[in-house]
Amino acid sequence: MLRLPPFQYVRPGTLHEAVGILASEGGKAVLMAGGTDLLPRMKHRVAALEVVVAIRALRELRGIWGDPRQGLVIGAASTLAEVCSHPAIRQGYEVLSLAAAQVATPQIRNMGTIGGNLCLDTRCSYYDMPYTWRKAMGFCLKKNGDTCLVAPGSTRCWAVSSSDLAPVLMALDGRVRLVGPRGERVVPVEELYRDDGIRYLNKEPAEILTEVLLPPLDGWKAAYWKVRRRGSFDFPVLSLAVAVRQDEGGHIADARLILGAVRSSPLRVREAEEALRGEKLEPGIMEVVCELASRAARPVENTDFTVLWRKRMVKVFLRRALGTFA
Amino acid sequence: MKEFTWISKPYPRVDAEAKVTGRVRYADDLVLPGMLFCKLLRSHLPHARIRRIDTTRARSLPGVLAVLTGKDLPAHKFGILPTSQDQEALCVEKVRYVGDPVAAVAAIDEWTAEQAVRLIEVEYDPLPSYMTIEDALFKEGEPIHAQGNVHKEVSLEFGDVATGFEEADYIREDIFLYHGSAHLPLEEHAAVASYEPGDLLTVWSSTQVPHYLHRTLSKVLDLPMSRIRVIATPVGGGFGGKSDIFNHEIVVAALAMITGRPVKCTLTREEVFYTLRRHPTLMWVRTGVREDGTITAMHFRAILEGGAYGSYGVATTYYVGALQPITYKIPNYRFEGMRVFTNAPPGGPKRGHGTPQPRFALECHLDKIAEDLGMDPVELRRRNLVAPHTKTVNWLRITSCGLAECLKKVVEASRFHEKHRRLPRGRGVGLAVSGYLSGAGLPIYWNDLPHSQVHLQVDRSGSVTLSCGAIDIGQGSNSVLVYTVCEILGVSPEDVRLIVADTAITPIDLGSYSSRVTFMAGNAALQAAQRMRDLIAAAVAEKLGVPAESLIFQGRQVKVGGGEDRALSWREACEVAEARYGLLSATGTYTPPRLAGPYKGSGVGPSPAYSYSACVAEVQVDEETGVVSVEKIWIAHDIGRALNPLLVLGQVEGSVYMGLGEALMEDLSVRQGVIRVPSMLEYKSPTVKEMPEVEAFLIETVDPEGPFGAKECGQGPLLPVPPAIANAIYDAVRVRIDEVPITPEKVLKALERRRKGEEGRFGPGGFPAIRFKEPIRVAPPSPSSAGRVEPRP
Repeated sequence: MLRLPPFQYVRPGTLHEAVGILASEGGKAVLMAGGTDLLPRMKHRVAALEVVVAIRALRELRGIWGDPRQGLVIGAASTLAEVCSHPAIRQGYEVLSLAAAQVATPQIRNMGTIGGNLCLDTRCSYYDMPYTWRKAMGFCLKKNGDTCLVAPGSTRCWAVSSSDLAPVLMALDGRVRLVGPRGERVVPVEELYRDDGIRYLNKEPAEILTEVLLPPLDGWKAAYWKVRRRGSFDFPVLSLAVAVRQDEGGHIADARLILGAVRSSPLRVREAEEALRGEKLEPGIMEVVCELASRAARPVENTDFTVLWRKRMVKVFLRRALGTFA
Repeated sequence: MKEFTWISKPYPRVDAEAKVTGRVRYADDLVLPGMLFCKLLRSHLPHARIRRIDTTRARSLPGVLAVLTGKDLPAHKFGILPTSQDQEALCVEKVRYVGDPVAAVAAIDEWTAEQAVRLIEVEYDPLPSYMTIEDALFKEGEPIHAQGNVHKEVSLEFGDVATGFEEADYIREDIFLYHGSAHLPLEEHAAVASYEPGDLLTVWSSTQVPHYLHRTLSKVLDLPMSRIRVIATPVGGGFGGKSDIFNHEIVVAALAMITGRPVKCTLTREEVFYTLRRHPTLMWVRTGVREDGTITAMHFRAILEGGAYGSYGVATTYYVGALQPITYKIPNYRFEGMRVFTNAPPGGPKRGHGTPQPRFALECHLDKIAEDLGMDPVELRRRNLVAPHTKTVNWLRITSCGLAECLKKVVEASRFHEKHRRLPRGRGVGLAVSGYLSGAGLPIYWNDLPHSQVHLQVDRSGSVTLSCGAIDIGQGSNSVLVYTVCEILGVSPEDVRLIVADTAITPIDLGSYSSRVTFMAGNAALQAAQRMRDLIAAAVAEKLGVPAESLIFQGRQVKVGGGEDRALSWREACEVAEARYGLLSATGTYTPPRLAGPYKGSGVGPSPAYSYSACVAEVQVDEETGVVSVEKIWIAHDIGRALNPLLVLGQVEGSVYMGLGEALMEDLSVRQGVIRVPSMLEYKSPTVKEMPEVEAFLIETVDPEGPFGAKECGQGPLLPVPPAIANAIYDAVRVRIDEVPITPEKVLKALERRRKGEEGRFGPGGFPAIRFKEPIRVAPPSPSSAGRVEPRP
């Protein structure tokens, strides 16, 4: 059986205290909310950390307020199950509730949090593996090694952004509040991410993601499609979040289109969004948009399914996603 | 028909409450005073010579009590089959796959043991590795074993195939590939050993084969069997994956002997993936039929990718060819099979042992023949079905056979004829049938001894102590033993104390494999119970002055029949009998009839009875994505008699589940010398949410030799599932996927080829050009014995 390595477990009483511990421990400490992603990685010995800072119970990170007219504030330690079932989210931001419902399994959603899902480590079929396997395969850039096993010539890590909620929150124009030793800041979700499998978050090590902020809906409609082997619990091998605002005539006033799980950060396809503006959702324009998105998506061979299939599915599922607004 | 009290009733399993409340103690739950923890260092290279092992740093780590290498053990090799003694508990000269154990540590806790393992230094000289069938056959270099990379070759011809093909009006050839898969039991393998003064070694293990483990430990540790006690702990899923002898079982025993303290080893999930797997198998089949669909000849070739060691591989190789004739009359049949070594975890038995692969090939192949002939696939099968109480061309004795009924049942229930070739595009139905053994007719080591034995002891308290070497691996054998004895003695399960799978106190049963336990241990329990009843009846009859035959054992009473209302309570009856005879003891034994045909290799395939299954699958195929959803499965299984319909249905549905996973997603392939995904998350297997609706039918043929007429159900119902799905996919979108798992990529590729006007197929392109040795030619059973075999009265 895989067991956890020894580590020090600290449970700060306040957000301020948590930030202080992170700042003083430097890279040796890691935040844990639900632990559903961190603990398996510690068992696989890819996350070797001395101090685990538990923030699940912090009052400052809990609670969901607001409605679609004023906007919504979601505490980062809200569990995915709470996000699924909260009336304001189910009624006002249904797409978020549906996307959260597609994360992992009921047991994991009862523990996993929205903040944890946004900060989810990037994944790779050469990295999320037990120790003997990684030793046999050769260690990789992201852990213990100096080459990327997916793209051996590469100097960067190609691990995949696998968060279900990041693309959705980007489509909803969400922002996150980060609190660190030098104060707090609010940034768009898109700016939280970097296209680098190792340093995938634009966040200081001692900063804590405390809240997710959603603007009023203001006529936007959104959809989320997730592609994976098993509907019961897999990570995405491709995901699509699409939001549109249409006028009475059905013309698209504005659009946001984000692909997940095709690179190390969620990928916003601005050229496709641009192509949609002013158009009605008819087959011709849908083909153009699908082509643009497909061209932008350049997955590499490091998740379940072959890369060719994943790339082909961009068009198929984008057409289906757009079809829901037609 | 006699009305049963405990048999044929859907009572819950006797251990149901303990299981669902978490009170069953599995091997890993055992904790002994002073117990140490063991971790294994496993090779990270697929094929290499061991130059040097330095354990100095590991030994000096505080908390480490022993570090063991292969040189510290007696130089005996082992293997589950007497013909394949090719494994070492810890490799001495060579490692043969990633995961092959080279050293072991015993330490005060698992973390210390893990750290110590990392401090062991091993210098290797890498050797060329053989990862595929083609590598094994054609690549130059030092072979994996001294005998070369061909482990076993089989070549048999029954009847005259050349003439059979001449008689055919139509001949078709196909090539199929069945990828390897994992057993994926929830419980990881675990073993605990304790060594006490006076050379008393006790090993607890999550094993399907305590008797074989007992024999092997004796051999490799140079200890007599009388000094070793093996206790099989309740097995949390085996499926064949715990039916071999594993390195850690020997290592914990050796470490306990060295340290004088109990030692436990629980494998990680990763290590479980490195134990055994289903053989990836490449197959070629050629069949000749007459215009009306009657089979005139069949030629079947297979190459099994065997991994690094023999395991059960010799038997597996035979099994790939043995059971084709038990469903269809094949008058002339040739089988050529070969198992090759590769630098991967050993291929071993998994549910269906070597028969799901050829069954997939055969049933898809027949579906194509039916299509070519413009025939209904149901009719094609009906024309060729074997008849009950006959002998096959390869000398297998068929007793009861409910295949025709199974076929009828699923065809009607699924409304197959209304749907086949008639559903809207994207939706389809497919059919397949199969048969399987109710226990292997021969033991794995040559002997004339019983295969299963049961001992019953009854005393004045009225308690019945039932002991048997069989281990319940979740299939419900404990329940079958208890309910069988209750039926005969008229007692209730709470009167029975069950002791199983402890070589110090239970009589020998060969193990939980080949679907043998209900049939063989069930028969032994039945005999023991009948003997016990006779003993008690004789004493009670004498006391009451009535004939023993008039006594009825029912409802915890021994009643005088024939309208009299005199009765003794069960406890009184036991007292009377104990007073008359002393300690009440009875034994039961089962030895299968001698069934092997008159040729070398005839030992694999015979069984006292065969179960039969038929399956219809209905699928929906998304032509844009290639994703296949199985909408519903209809399956009928000839169980002989369902001793407990609840447990039987559980086995049937579980088999469907496992077949579904192998058909659509499970793939234990190797990449760059390593099992691609040794992880429960990334090795894709269906969950309960992927299960379609299953409508199961039990067909009861009451076999003349099974206990109460029962046959097997643990493995057979898996077999028709993958081909039924593949055939349904063809019905839905007219492409043939001749390779499992049938992934969306493969379906899309085949659809693409079809659109381009090529053959709408995905599958292996060829079969290696190898010359099999000249076949052993076997005349079919003589017309008298090939004709009707009369059932036993």
